[in-house]
Formats: sequence, C-alpha cells, structure tokens
Amino acid sequence: MSLDSMNPALVEKHFKVIGTRVARPDGVDKVTGRARYGADAAMPGQLVGLVLRSPHAHAQIVKIDISKAVKLAGVKAVITSADFPDHTQGDRGMMDILENCMARGKALYDGHAVAAVAAIDAATARKALKLINVTYKILPHVTDVDEALQIHAPVLHPHIYTEGLSEKPTAASNWNKHGEYGHGDVDAGFKEADMVISRSYKTEQTHQGYIEPHSALASVSPDGSAEMFVCTQGHFVYRNQCATLLGLDANKLRVTASEIGGGFGGKTHVWAEPLALALSRKANRPVKLTMSREEVFRCTGPTSSTSIDVKIGAKKDGTITAAWAELRYQGGCFPSNWAELGAMTAFACYDLKNVKTVSKDAVVNRPKTAAYRAPSAPMAAFAVENTIDEVAKAIGMDPIDFRIKNAAKQGTKSSYGPVYGPIGIGPTLEAAKNHPHMKAPLGKNMGRGMACGFWFNFGGQTCVDVNVTPDGNVTIAQGTIDVGGSRASIAMAVAEELGVTYNQVRSIIADTSSLGHNDMTDGSRGTFSTSKAAIFAARNAITVLRDRAAKIWEIPASEVEWRDGAAHAKGVNHGNRTPLSLKEIAAQAGQTGGPIAGHAETVADNAGVSFATHIADVETDPETGRSLIKRYTVIQDAGKAMHPSYVEGQYQGGAAQGIGWALNEEYVYGKDGRLQNAAFLDYRIPVCSDLPFIDTQILEIPNPNHPYGVRGVGETSIVPPLAAVSIAVTNATGVRQTHIPMSPPRVLKSLKTKKK
Amino acid sequence: MRYEMPTTAKAAAGLLAKEKGRAFVLAGGTDLLVKMKAGVVEPDLIVDIKAIKGMKDIKKSAGGFVIGAAVPCVALSENAALTKAWPGVVEAANLIGSKQVQGRCTMSGNLCNASPAADSVPALIAAGAKVSIISAKGSRKVAVEDVTTGVGRTSLKKGEFVTAIELPAKKPKSGDAYLRFIPRTEMDIAVVSCAVNVSLDAKGMITKARVVLGAVAITALLVKDAASAIVGTKLDDAAKAKLAAACSAACKPIDDKRGTVEFRTEVAGVLARRAAEIAYARAGGKQ
Ligand SMILES: Cc1cc2nc3c(=O)[nH]c(=O)nc-3n(C[C@H](O)[C@H](O)[C@H](O)COP(=O)(O)OP(=O)(O)OC[C@H]3O[C@@H](n4cnc5c(N)ncnc54)[C@H](O)[C@@H]3O)c2cc1C
Repeated sequence: MSLDSMNPALVEKHFKVIGTRVARPDGVDKVTGRARYGADAAMPGQLVGLVLRSPHAHAQIVKIDISKAVKLAGVKAVITSADFPDHTQGDRGMMDILENCMARGKALYDGHAVAAVAAIDAATARKALKLINVTYKILPHVTDVDEALQIHAPVLHPHIYTEGLSEKPTAASNWNKHGEYGHGDVDAGFKEADMVISRSYKTEQTHQGYIEPHSALASVSPDGSAEMFVCTQGHFVYRNQCATLLGLDANKLRVTASEIGGGFGGKTHVWAEPLALALSRKANRPVKLTMSREEVFRCTGPTSSTSIDVKIGAKKDGTITAAWAELRYQGGCFPSNWAELGAMTAFACYDLKNVKTVSKDAVVNRPKTAAYRAPSAPMAAFAVENTIDEVAKAIGMDPIDFRIKNAAKQGTKSSYGPVYGPIGIGPTLEAAKNHPHMKAPLGKNMGRGMACGFWFNFGGQTCVDVNVTPDGNVTIAQGTIDVGGSRASIAMAVAEELGVTYNQVRSIIADTSSLGHNDMTDGSRGTFSTSKAAIFAARNAITVLRDRAAKIWEIPASEVEWRDGAAHAKGVNHGNRTPLSLKEIAAQAGQTGGPIAGHAETVADNAGVSFATHIADVETDPETGRSLIKRYTVIQDAGKAMHPSYVEGQYQGGAAQGIGWALNEEYVYGKDGRLQNAAFLDYRIPVCSDLPFIDTQILEIPNPNHPYGVRGVGETSIVPPLAAVSIAVTNATGVRQTHIPMSPPRVLKSLKTKKK
Repeated sequence: MRYEMPTTAKAAAGLLAKEKGRAFVLAGGTDLLVKMKAGVVEPDLIVDIKAIKGMKDIKKSAGGFVIGAAVPCVALSENAALTKAWPGVVEAANLIGSKQVQGRCTMSGNLCNASPAADSVPALIAAGAKVSIISAKGSRKVAVEDVTTGVGRTSLKKGEFVTAIELPAKKPKSGDAYLRFIPRTEMDIAVVSCAVNVSLDAKGMITKARVVLGAVAITALLVKDAASAIVGTKLDDAAKAKLAAACSAACKPIDDKRGTVEFRTEVAGVLARRAAEIAYARAGGKQ
C-alpha cells in the first residue's frame, strides 16, 4: 500500500456510500426477535451448567466435598479447580485468569466460583449445588482502594511485590504497580503560578450494565475437538485463552460468536467459558452455562473504584504552569494497570509545560475488574476537569476560554509521551463555545457544566475476506465482533471501493476456524481497523477483477482500470470497449481462473486519538439532593463518520452510561465484604425517562492513518460525563462535588456540610 | 405445585383453607412470580383470584368506592369518578413499577405483600380505606393500617384473603396527595414516601388531617402528631415546619443501600410538606 493511498488529504473525498445512513444488516432480525444471542443456542443432549460461588469476600477453601452432588440422579459432571491442571507454563497473567474462573485454594471475593455442575435440567443442577459442601476459613478482607494500600491491610497475594519502583519492596502488598508519566518540572511550575488548587476525589465502582448476561454453549468431543457458541467481544481471544487454559490446540476449538446484547469492555474476559468447556469434557455432553443477573453483577468484571488527588497551578492570564495528579485505582482481586491508564489520560487534553502523574494500582477483595468503555479515563477526567473548572473560576476566567487557551494541538507533546498529529480538542471546544446550548437560559436550581475527554483508541490485528459470489454480489467476512453497527460500516467501505451499491454487499462475522486471528472489539477498534482491512481486501479483489477483465479482453492488465463497479479498458488501443461489470466478470470466473476474492490482514497502528467536549444542564433539588439531567450535548471528533447514525449512537450511548455513573450507579459493599445490590433495582442505571434527548455534533478531523480518515469513536463519549455533570451540579448547588456517584443522600449531605 | 383458578370467592376460600402446604393467592403476580423465580418462595398451591366474579370491578355508591382485589392499578386511573375523588390514592397506585407492571399489579397485592415501601398503602391509610376479608368461616372488615404487621407479615389468618378495598365517599372541601422519593424517575422503590389527606372548613382552615409515612419503619406509619401540627391552621409556614419536624421525629428508618437514616429522616419532612401543599390545594385551600 503506497503512503499516498493512506493519506486522506489525497484520497477521493466524494464518497458515494460512506457518510450515508443505510439500514444495518442485523437490524430486521434484531427487532423481530430472530437474532440469536448467547442463550439462544441449543445442541442435542445439552446439559445445564451452574456455578457454586463463595459467599465470603476472602476465605481459605479448606475442603470441597462433592461426593453427595455427584451421586444425585441427573448430575453428569461436577468440577472444581482440581479439574483445571496448570497449562499456563509460568504465565502469571493466564494463571490469574484461570484462578478467577475457578478459585484455587482461596476465595478472593464474594461470588468467586468454587465449583460447577452440569445436570439434565436446572432444578437438578440447583439441587446439586446445595449438596456441595465447602469448608471455608474466613480471612480478613479489604474492599476500599485507600484501605488496601495501608500498611496493615490484609494482603491478598503473597507473591505481589510492587512493580515499577526503583527498588523492589521488602514485603508483599496489595499495591501491585507504580507508574509515573509527564515532563518538565512541576515544582518550578507551581512556583510560577498565581493560583494553585489541590483537591481530592473519589469514584465508586460501576458495572457496564449490558442487558445480555454472559452465556456459553460448549461441546467437547472425545477426539479432542471442541465447539463453543458464546456471547463475546472477541471470539478469537476467547478461543486462544480457553485453549490455553484447557490444554487444547487452538485450531481444534471452533468458536462462533452470538449476536451481542452489549459488552462495553465487560465481554473481553473469560469467566464461564472455560467452566462450560471443562464440564462438557467431563460429562461428554454439550453444556450450556448462562449467568443470572446477580452473577453478572457479583462475578464478572466491573470497573475500578478510585481515589484521586489533583493539583493545578495557573497564571492570572490563564496559562497553566503545572499540573500534578496521583491516581489510586483498585483492579479487583488480581493485578491490573488501570491506574496507569488513568495517569496517562488524565491531562491528555492539555498542552502543558510541566506535568506529572503518579499511578498506584491495587488489589482488593472484589471481582477482577474488566475494561469499561475508555477504561480509567472517566474517573481521571472527573478529577482533572473539576480542578480545571475551579482554577478557571478562581482566576476569573470563563472555564471554556481557559480550556481553549490551554488545549493541546498538533505538535503538542502529550502528558503521556507521544507528540500529537492532527487532533480535535481545540475544534470541539470552539464548537461548544458557539453551540446554542451554551447560551440557553437556565431555570431555578439549575446549573450548567462542560468538560473535555480523551481516549487513545487502538488498532490491532485484523483479518478479513472479501468474496464475489457467482451472481456478482459480494460477501465480506470479518472476525471483529459487531457491537454497534460495524457490519454496516464495513459493507459500506467494500461497496465504496468496488463501486457497487451497499445492498450488493453482505457482511458477516465469521467463526474462528474461518479467518486468521482477530483481536477483540475493544479500544474503539472495530470499525477503524476492520474497515481499513476491508478496504485493502476490496482493493486486492479489484486487482483480481482487473486481471480477469484483461483475460477476457486479451489485453494487458495494466490497460484495465476499475471504476464505478466495472472494468474499463483504457488507452488509445482499447478505449472503445464496452465496460465489463462485476456481474459479467463474476459470471465468467470459472473460465478465467476460478472464484474471485480479496484477502487482507493488517496490524492497524496509529488508531488516531479522539477528543470530545460535553455540555450538561442539571437541575438539583436542594431539599432532597436529587439531580435531573435537563439538556445534554456531545461534540466529538470522528475523523470521518462512515455511518453518521451509528456514530451518533456511540456518542449518545457513552453519554447515557456516563450520566448513570455520575448520578446513581455504584457497587455497595457491606462491612462483611459482600455486594449488597447485585440487581438492577438497586444498581440504578438510567431508565428512558431519566435522560433527555442527547444532542450530538460530529466533527471530522481526518486521521492520517486511515484511508478515509476514520478514528475510533466508541469510547471517548463516556469520558467527559462524570466531569460535566458534576460541574453542573456544583454550579446548581454552589458546593463542589467530589464524590461520584452524586446520589441524593451524598449530595444532600454535601449541601448540609456546607451550610454548617 | 398446583394452580387453581376458582370462579367464586367461597371456592377460593375453601381451597386456601384445605391446603396443608404453602398456599398463595395470585392477583397480578408482580411480587409473587418474581419471588418464585428468585427461589424465595416455593408454593404448593396457587389460587388465582382473577376469574372470581366481581373481583375486577370498581363499584361506586353513596358510601364510596369498592375496588375488587383483582383490579389492576391502571384501571384505577381510567375511572374518572375515582380519580376525581381520591387523586392521591390513584397517583400512588400508578407510581408502581412501569406501564407494563401497572397493567397487572393490584392494590390488594401491594398491601398483602407487606413491603414497608409499598406505594399505594400510605395513600390508602391516609384516605381511611378499609379492606374486606373473606375465609371459609365468614367475612370481616379491617382498616388498611391494621393489615400489615411487619416486613412481609400481615394480620390475615390462614385461609383468609382480601376480596376488596373500600374507599369512603369524598367529603366536600377535602383532598389527598401522595409523594415518594426515588433517585430515578420510575422503576424504583420508595426510599421514603408520604401521603396526606386533609379536610377544610369554609374559611380554608384544616379541620381534619391524616398524615402517613412509608419506607421509614417496618410498616407504613400513621403519624398523629403530624396531623395535629396542621389541624386548625391554613397550612402556613409555621404549620408546615411543625409538620415536617413531626414527620422527621416519627421516622424509625434503617441505613441501607437505598438511603441513610439521616437522609430518610430529613426527606420525610420535605415530602410531608410538599404533599400537604398539594392536598391542601386539591381541597380548595389557597395559600
Ligand atoms: C418491575 C417491578 C417494579 C415494581 N415497582 C414497584 C413500585 O414502584 N412500588 C411498589 O409499591 N411496588 C412495586 N413493585 C411490586 C409489586 O408490583 C406491587 O407490590 C404490586 O402492587 C403487587 O400486586 P400484585 O397484584 O401483582 O400482587 P401479587 O404478586 O399477585 O401478590 C403479592 C402478594 O400478596 C398476596 N396477595 C395478593 N392478593 C391477595 C389477596 N387478595 N388477599 C391476600 N393475599 C393476596 C400474594 O399471595 C403475594 O404474597 C414492583 C414490581 C416489579 C416486578
């Protein structure tokens, strides 16, 4: 691929298909109930799998007695950690995954799996669980990130010694990783400042709240081959991990992905899948394991709770002279680097001479956290943007002008290292400043907040196949899970390249035995990386099509060009031939060299960072502390919006989740270390009537590393809401909100504390 | 588990009396079926009362309204006379769940489920409602406040069930109102709630009042001190402050995932004041 064809400034800008709002290929099946989600699969003779879970936050497993359960009629298999010999070959990360799937010697959180059964029906399986007798020795536990980092906290793992310090610590602790980012001299910077503000913030743990629970149907044959139908964000990754954990060859485990009822990062880890496979292997029957909602809350991967300190100094003219933050995140019961990601993103929106962030990652007795849409960035943005707002007000500057003055731009050395190419933070701020929302009058008890957000985006490995059918239509097989309409965008890209209509191209998600490895749909990579590969594959197919036309015409391929869905002969000798359409070439494929296809595999580097600015109007009842969102606007850079409706959908979805997090969503742990609200009744995601229509504005600052200029758009939209909504509540009430979620009891208490 | 759908109250009472295992009445099922699915209750017998004649009727007479035990809450708001007479009761019943839930759920089920946070119960108590109870041995009437005795507990004896809820006729110059506090806008459970029913004299002076709090104790609380705080006033600011203080003082809440003691106590007073303002205005009072 030549560099020119990658440069959006030099590529054809007059798109025919890209940028239109076509119907998605999965739409009709989804709205008519025909689409198959995780639990919709069935195999002959399948069993019901259920998991026995620890009721304790931290406990030694002294003994597991399965003898009675095994004898119950209808029970076909009972498994414990003894059924998972160690195939990880010293890979501690894989061992953590295995230990998370099934406790090995110690239960590390309320809900940690300790055994599983497969039985002929759910009632028998439930009975069998009751017959398993586990003897626990309860250990002291810790669920709060700051408490976990204290010297005297109960230590979860004797093998964790803080990584990333200049000297290895002398004792094991819950502090698994230390990190530092930044440049310049912050001490000198703070001395230069006219105003310095320091604040501490807390955010509680939240769950992605996807509506579809995890479900896997696994079938292991005695010959060592296996199949699995599963709801996942990455069936290739699930295949690789399950094969490793069960000691299978990856090529023998064929994984088919179901439609997905939401993931948002939560379906990037295996939990139930290795258990379903192990049960099937032991029972020699297919096993379906579907989690209940309670299990989803207690036992999958929510995001970190955090504790963050921020200090920002500025001159009276609005220049930030120094910015510092320390970010402490808990990653659940196994080591993670979420705080580090928070530290990298914290000040990414700004052009700073002196900046430093310190990260402390900790383990606690909670479920192992997973990614949640721009993982770690929303909490960091909440802390930083509130401090930015406070500094701006303290020096008497409009917060939006203050941000515009300090915004990062092309050539800025980012706070996490790299130098930015063309970026959209400045344009989103200018658009916000000029947006009618910014000028609309506010009612009683209302406040307005605005905030910015950043996310890296990711490219990764992708492999696709374009195939021309004998009737002259086209299929594109992709291996990245479609979580938000990417099948439509990918088909659009192929149609655009081939010069055919969108309806002539059908996109499908292929299983793991049909394509090379594909990374999972995370890091906003789905549409970015898959469309890039699809464009290359379509161009490879065009090369084949030109060859075939040349063969039919008996002229050199160099004298054939592809235009408007047909081969055109060019040059003085051949200019008057009637073009050969895709359909005509396909019809003769059998005589000209066989089926016509285009293949591409890529590592899509330089995904193109993404920035957003959000504006929120909130009404807060001063007597109850209850907040309602009255108006909300998202402005974000998409690079190029391939399908504007689905880009808007991502903007709105991220904002909605961020609003829920800002106002009411939180994990509530009791003193006993047990989760108290493992249900949608008391884990309050917003319902429809809680949200206004979320207005969106798409900006397009092309990403130089994609043929059409596309950037990932899925995650940045959840970064600003915690900050924007809290600043709005701060403005509505006159009291700085420093603890998320701003549930009514918390806000009312903050108002009363202020009054005293 | 057996499922029966008798067509007379007598037959239903007979089935309930005879069953040796755990027997449950099924009205809308929006509590019962959820509990069965969660494995919290495992009934031996379910007696569905929806096919019993008259059980789905709302009857109006000079004495007031008789609301059959199987009347879904949505039907209450479709009855213009009832909505006009007891707007507080109707709005309370139609805060339950969502449109879908309201199409099934009943006030009798709400009462007999005996949750301290039940939405229709404080409004019914404020209105002075009674329930008709039947058993194989006969029937009796009790005040709504005498039905619930604790969390999930009622004064109904084995074999008894509720056939109807009776609301008195509306008095001239009276009005009721119900408010609940939830963090969201719907699909939530009251963290604290308050119902107020007031009658006024010709000058707008409150002559009678009933003030009831929900979700701040093991059952709904009829707060006599709160009523006395506003009787003899025109709901001026001083009266409202006394009302709020009396309600806060009456609370015996718990700290839980839904709210703190401090929060519930404070907001009980706020809701009482706001509900009283609405009830007073509905009664024709002008502030
Ligand atoms: C999604 C959802 C949201 C909800 N939101 C709310 C809410 O906002 N506010 C609220 O208060 N409740 C709420 N509920 C609870 C429930 O809907 C109400 O309590 C409802 O009024 C119950 O009425 P039902 O007719 O469905 O009762 P059922 O489930 O039929 O019965 C409830 C209990 O009462 C017994 N019972 C029923 N009828 C009689 C009778 N006539 N005599 C004796 N015993 C009887 C049953 O045996 C059972 O134990 C919600 C439930 C759901 C599922």
